[in-house]
Amino acid sequence: MQLGDIITTRIDEVVKWGRKFSLWPMPYGTACCAIEFMGVVSSHFDISRFGAELVRFSPRQADLLLVMGTINYKQAPILKRIYEQMCEPKWVISMGACASSGGFYDNYSVVQGIDEIIPVDVYVPGCPPRPEQLLDAIVKLQQKLQGIKENHIELPA
Amino acid sequence: MQLALDRLKENFGPAVLETDNQHGNETAVIAKDKIVEVIRFLRDTEGLEFNFMMDLAGADYPEREERFEVVYHLYSLKIKKRIRLKVRVAENQLVIPTIISLYKAANWFEREAFDMYGIRFEGHPNLKRILTFDEFEGHPLRKDYPVNKRPKIPTPDPLIKV
Repeated sequence: MQLGDIITTRIDEVVKWGRKFSLWPMPYGTACCAIEFMGVVSSHFDISRFGAELVRFSPRQADLLLVMGTINYKQAPILKRIYEQMCEPKWVISMGACASSGGFYDNYSVVQGIDEIIPVDVYVPGCPPRPEQLLDAIVKLQQKLQGIKENHIELPA
Repeated sequence: MQLALDRLKENFGPAVLETDNQHGNETAVIAKDKIVEVIRFLRDTEGLEFNFMMDLAGADYPEREERFEVVYHLYSLKIKKRIRLKVRVAENQLVIPTIISLYKAANWFEREAFDMYGIRFEGHPNLKRILTFDEFEGHPLRKDYPVNKRPKIPTPDPLIKV
């Protein structure tokens, strides 16, 4: 294959491919996971290698909501409103133990996982997760929105 | 040396219900109706001048007859000493006078004690919940608040409603 050659494909595949490498994240950082996110966007780990470096601080310009940190009941309607303000198509990554399950805050004030409020595409475990884990989550999300199923490794019987 | 406690006993005698002094950690249990006077005395008396309200908190001791306690921590920037005052409050008489007239800082602390324990501060200008949301039911730091109880997701604040 060389420059000037023609390939045939379907338009939805091209659109998905385009979306995949131009995720615009909106950080919703409430705790230490957001500090890890700073590492991910900075040069060491560099989220832009995966095309998701254009951090927007307005939900109306973003299509990837990164929920990083503890979400309590008082914040829940705010998070929901921010999610609703994002244009379709949109995706959500729940980063860290707190956002995914409430973490060790098993008490009266903390929502036990943001999936009580909004749908989540990828969960990232860890307290806080390593930056590589967030990169991995973004790669997983890219596979998901391209429609690629995860590789299954058959374990020997 | 227990400067502040001695002065308190001298001036308020029967209103000082109990005192304790562990390694200079002065503590006094004060009668509820005298607390504002006692704190004003500590703040305004020359040689004491407890002019810094460091903390105000509630506490719950379910086994006691007077179940709740309000704890005041004062610090004197003049003599560099601390004092802790406690007031016991019964559950059926959960009202205590506010000390906002003495320390403006007490405003939010009293709201917190109200939010967490349901202790009402008489004369408080804006006694509503501060940490939890308005529709929250119960007072979560009470010992009989169920550990597994979870509130409903609240309705949005008017500011973020459509």
